[in-house]
Amino acid sequence: MHEILELQKIATQSRRDLLRMIHAVNSGHPGGSLGCADFMVALYFEILHHNPKAFNMDGKGEDLFFLSNGHLSAIWYSVLARSGYFEVSELATFRKLNTRLQGHPTNEEGLPGIRIASGSLGQGLSVAIGAALAKKLNNDDSLVYCLHGDGELQEGQIWEAAMFAAAKNVDNIIATVDYNGKQIDGPTDVVLSLGDLKGKWLAFGWDVFEMNGNDMNEIIETVKIAKQHTGKQKPIVIIMKTEMGCGVDFMMGTHKWHGSAPNDEQLANALSQLEETIGDY
Amino acid sequence: MKKFTYSEKKDTRSGFGAGLHELGKSNPNVVALCADLIGSLKMDAFVKDFPERFVQVGIAEANMISMAAGLTIGGKIPFTGTFANFSTGRVYDQIRQSVAYSRKNVKICASHAGLTLGEDGATHQILEDIGLMKMLPNMTVINTCDYNQTKAATLAIAEHVGPVYLRFGRPVVPNFTPADQKFEIGKAVLLNEGKDVTIFATGHLVWKAIEAGEILESKGINAEIINIHTIKPLDVEAVLNSVKKTRCVVTAEEHQMNGGLGDSIAQYLSINLPTPIEMVAVNDKFGESGTPEELMTKYGLEAKNIVEAALKAIERKKI
Repeated sequence: MHEILELQKIATQSRRDLLRMIHAVNSGHPGGSLGCADFMVALYFEILHHNPKAFNMDGKGEDLFFLSNGHLSAIWYSVLARSGYFEVSELATFRKLNTRLQGHPTNEEGLPGIRIASGSLGQGLSVAIGAALAKKLNNDDSLVYCLHGDGELQEGQIWEAAMFAAAKNVDNIIATVDYNGKQIDGPTDVVLSLGDLKGKWLAFGWDVFEMNGNDMNEIIETVKIAKQHTGKQKPIVIIMKTEMGCGVDFMMGTHKWHGSAPNDEQLANALSQLEETIGDY
Repeated sequence: MKKFTYSEKKDTRSGFGAGLHELGKSNPNVVALCADLIGSLKMDAFVKDFPERFVQVGIAEANMISMAAGLTIGGKIPFTGTFANFSTGRVYDQIRQSVAYSRKNVKICASHAGLTLGEDGATHQILEDIGLMKMLPNMTVINTCDYNQTKAATLAIAEHVGPVYLRFGRPVVPNFTPADQKFEIGKAVLLNEGKDVTIFATGHLVWKAIEAGEILESKGINAEIINIHTIKPLDVEAVLNSVKKTRCVVTAEEHQMNGGLGDSIAQYLSINLPTPIEMVAVNDKFGESGTPEELMTKYGLEAKNIVEAALKAIERKKI
């Protein structure tokens, strides 16, 4: 069990990582990655039962994670490296020619920790459910986790998958939604309102939990409770309230940093707000 | 001309159903998914005998394809079943990202391809699926000609690691492939040796090509007939060896000319051995309602069309 303080330090370092990665190639999606940094660190350093040093595609006996909103690749790469899947020095290759750290995640380049490509939105919940079905067929009682953007929920396939999982009692999956209320073109409420999001998941037959995705303690406690509800014939979703751009004052409260890279000055400003804790890559 | 005989006409989709059932018995990793078309895909026997390895997904093809990709993680070999239209065009992005790019061991099995779906009309008669699938890197594309070959192909693709598109159809057609003929992915089947023209045919047009060969023989023309069941990877060695001898080509398929078998062969030959080619295919049109026989006649996919094309190709060779 990691101390909360220790996890927070890793999250701060991962925020530095992803900003430096995105700045170096002047492309990427910092907003969502910053917002989900706490959850991703909690997941990889505290929640998942996994084996970073001996990655294998099938992951039998391990918990699996699928990033459906693949544009959060920067934070994923950072936590994968920081948790031991590959050398942190490789983070410097992000989005560069011949890298394993493609703009959106892929298994094509053989990067440990990644089991399928994502980027085109809406497919990851189905993939995660498929992997959960395979676990049931293999009598493997480990769990499948996945993360989705709230804007991503506008894709119809998400609701095909949601209907399926409830109807077929897929109860070894914990889906999480990054509920930051923002997407490329503006606030989600303006672009295409999600309406009563909790009500929608409940109506589709899921067990719904809510948490503050920027509170390390609350993340760990909520997921612990959610895990106790697995195996009860219902799929589980955690609606995770986050702040897009969390940790960098000028990136919060706006959708502007969904897919824009900071310039030199902005990076320096951002990094001054995020203390180097366990060493830059 | 070699004589081809058959004891009965059977549908290719039943060959798939029989192959899948056999796989259920022989390979515990094989799972099947269907989007509300068990009967049409002839998956009943698998569903009955292996219910724990069958997933009814309802009318949600996108979810089916991506779930199949997920099922491979953990070592399963998923076979998805629905009509060719809903197996390809409807779910192109799911196949592209989650299956082809991700190199997942998913077998996309597609029935009711082409005009011979018949009366349901153009909304269901996909004639673009081979093109859509062959453009995807990592994808193997197979179009079988009869019951026995479809059954053998179904067994073979379970052994092949990687994404496969297996295309078959609705109507009964002569079942002439020997039941014990092994299916080798990417290996063309030489049906008849000839010297005047090569007919490369796939799917339901293979039997029509045999009929055309008999008509051509009566006109003193000796046609080489090759069954290209695997459109990708194309057996370029077989293509080249035959065309070196005959020096003119007819391609025949129940598909658009754009993106089909003819397109693959023309591309290869134009680079490697420029040769007169005539194509028997649907030329930039959607289908319509009608019986399969009426439609094949109206759209020019009969033996007589292959004969006309062969005569034309032979003429062009002389120029």
